[in-house]
Amino acid sequence: MNAGKILLVEDNPDDIALTMRALKSHNMTNDVVVAQDGVQALDYLFGAEGGAGPDELPAVVLLDLKLPKVNGLEVLQRIRADERTRLLPVVILTSSDEERDLIDGYRLGANSYVRKPVDFVEFTQAAKQLGLYWLLMNRAPPVPRRL
Amino acid sequence: MSPLRDWPIKRKLTAILLLISGLVLVLTSAAFVTYQVVTFRGTIQSHLATRSRILAANSTAALAFANEADATEILAALKYDPHMVAAALYNQDGRVLATYPVAATADLIPAAPQPDGYRFQGGRLVGSTPVAQGGKRLGTLYIASDTKDVSDALRLSGVIAIVVLAIAMLAAYALAAALQGRISAPILALAETATAVSTRQDYSVRAPKLGEDELGTLTDAFNQMLVRIEDQDRELRRYATELEQRVAERTQELQERHEAVRRNAAELLAANQELDAFAYSVSHDLRAPLRSIDGFSHVLLEDYAAQLDQAGRDSLQRVRAASQRMATLIDDLLKLARVTRAEMRTEVVDLSGMARDIVAELQRATPERHVEFAIAPGLEARGDPRLLRVALDNLLRNGWKYTAKQPRPQIEFASTNVNGERAFVVRDNGAGFDMKYADKLFGVFQRLHSAAEFEGTGVGLATVRRIITRHGGRIWAEGAVDRGATFYFTL
Repeated sequence: MNAGKILLVEDNPDDIALTMRALKSHNMTNDVVVAQDGVQALDYLFGAEGGAGPDELPAVVLLDLKLPKVNGLEVLQRIRADERTRLLPVVILTSSDEERDLIDGYRLGANSYVRKPVDFVEFTQAAKQLGLYWLLMNRAPPVPRRL
Repeated sequence: MSPLRDWPIKRKLTAILLLISGLVLVLTSAAFVTYQVVTFRGTIQSHLATRSRILAANSTAALAFANEADATEILAALKYDPHMVAAALYNQDGRVLATYPVAATADLIPAAPQPDGYRFQGGRLVGSTPVAQGGKRLGTLYIASDTKDVSDALRLSGVIAIVVLAIAMLAAYALAAALQGRISAPILALAETATAVSTRQDYSVRAPKLGEDELGTLTDAFNQMLVRIEDQDRELRRYATELEQRVAERTQELQERHEAVRRNAAELLAANQELDAFAYSVSHDLRAPLRSIDGFSHVLLEDYAAQLDQAGRDSLQRVRAASQRMATLIDDLLKLARVTRAEMRTEVVDLSGMARDIVAELQRATPERHVEFAIAPGLEARGDPRLLRVALDNLLRNGWKYTAKQPRPQIEFASTNVNGERAFVVRDNGAGFDMKYADKLFGVFQRLHSAAEFEGTGVGLATVRRIITRHGGRIWAEGAVDRGATFYFTL
């Protein structure tokens, strides 16, 4: 199983813990990189202060919308604006199912929108399915290599 | 010259006065002249007759003796009267005895004696008088006089009449000119006043009164009319001013009201925006802690099951149930807020079709339940299809839920007439409710059943009422415990 990594952009430590636990129960923890706000996420993808980003892009970004500093939609916008990350699969994983969040998310090019269930059993189920789908089943677009 | 009827009244009056006085004077003068002539004629005729009789008396002897010389001498005395033209004495046989003048021509003296009497003939006065003595007629005296005196008198009378007429006409003209003002002046004053009124709309002018005659009465009446018009005009102006003022006040009021409405709308918009921000924040932030509560309770149950006794596990289960219930509450509240905030798009909605769809959905979700549905066909209403769907969904779901313990559940959707207004009806034969609590039915978080009996958050009917109210309709319910519930709503 040669799967890529998951970039989890999430500021709530409880949600990070619960997501990690859900993913761990399906042996996917090694592949998770956590960014605790929008700036960290962008730093990871594009490198801090013009520095180099990761050698390899994640297979999927699980993106929360309400984030400190730079919010999720702005992060999504930056991802889609950059040639290197234009095709990067992004799944919005958030608490809200407000209509305007859904519309804005898809308009800015989200690949999927998942609302975090309160019920932990359902939440675990959702995390598992997301991991399985995006890491194993989905064929990612060819990633442009850094020169 | 303009026609008579267009003459100014002054000229008309003068003309009438001159015409009348002229006519009177002419008639009077004619009568005077005629009288003069007739009288004068009578006078000279009687003079001639007297003279004839004297002459006849003097001639008796000459005639009796047929003395031609005496007769001629007697007649010759006529030469002292220059008016005497001719005379003759006829004897008994009618033969001429003597003439005056002696050599009188035949055209002056008729050949035979004329009948007795006097008459004007060919510009002369001629007459025959009998010459008699002792009752015995001796002959006839013929005498002819000119009428120069008469024509002189006629001429004189004519001249006098003309002079008098001329002077009288002049006097009449002067008098008419002076007196016509008595009549025309008030009329002219009236006319002038009327012109002033009509051209300047000045009702304060008054016609001057120049006497107590009919024109004075007319002037008084006219002035009274003006007084009344002036009063009415003033009244009218007062009304107009009042009206203007009232219009201005109303306009001011309207503007103020409009301003208030605008302010309200702005406040409402602000409130809506606040509600929007609030709902957004609730949607994002209020669910996260619940997820932690549920998640970590689950972690405890999974990882520390061995250290927990039954009571501990039960408590954690309760914590989880509570957090999930709260999540449902939050979701329902958000739905209610969304109903309030949502923009309305009005169109004709097929409520019967909508109800059939909802029922099909319910039956798919719970195929083991068998509920008898009666949906009246062709029910339509104008409204927002999304909101009406939410309302109808809530009502039918309600019926579905509360008939769960009924052995033969029935749910009906129809329309009826309530006080002349069409109302839609959703009726079930389920658990029903006590009418004592009917007013609590539509309140947020108000429930008439415990969660153990029937699950629910108490937001559904509040949402329905919110939607119906937004459509300008009403909703109310009737029911009895264990006898079912009936919901009526108008749109």
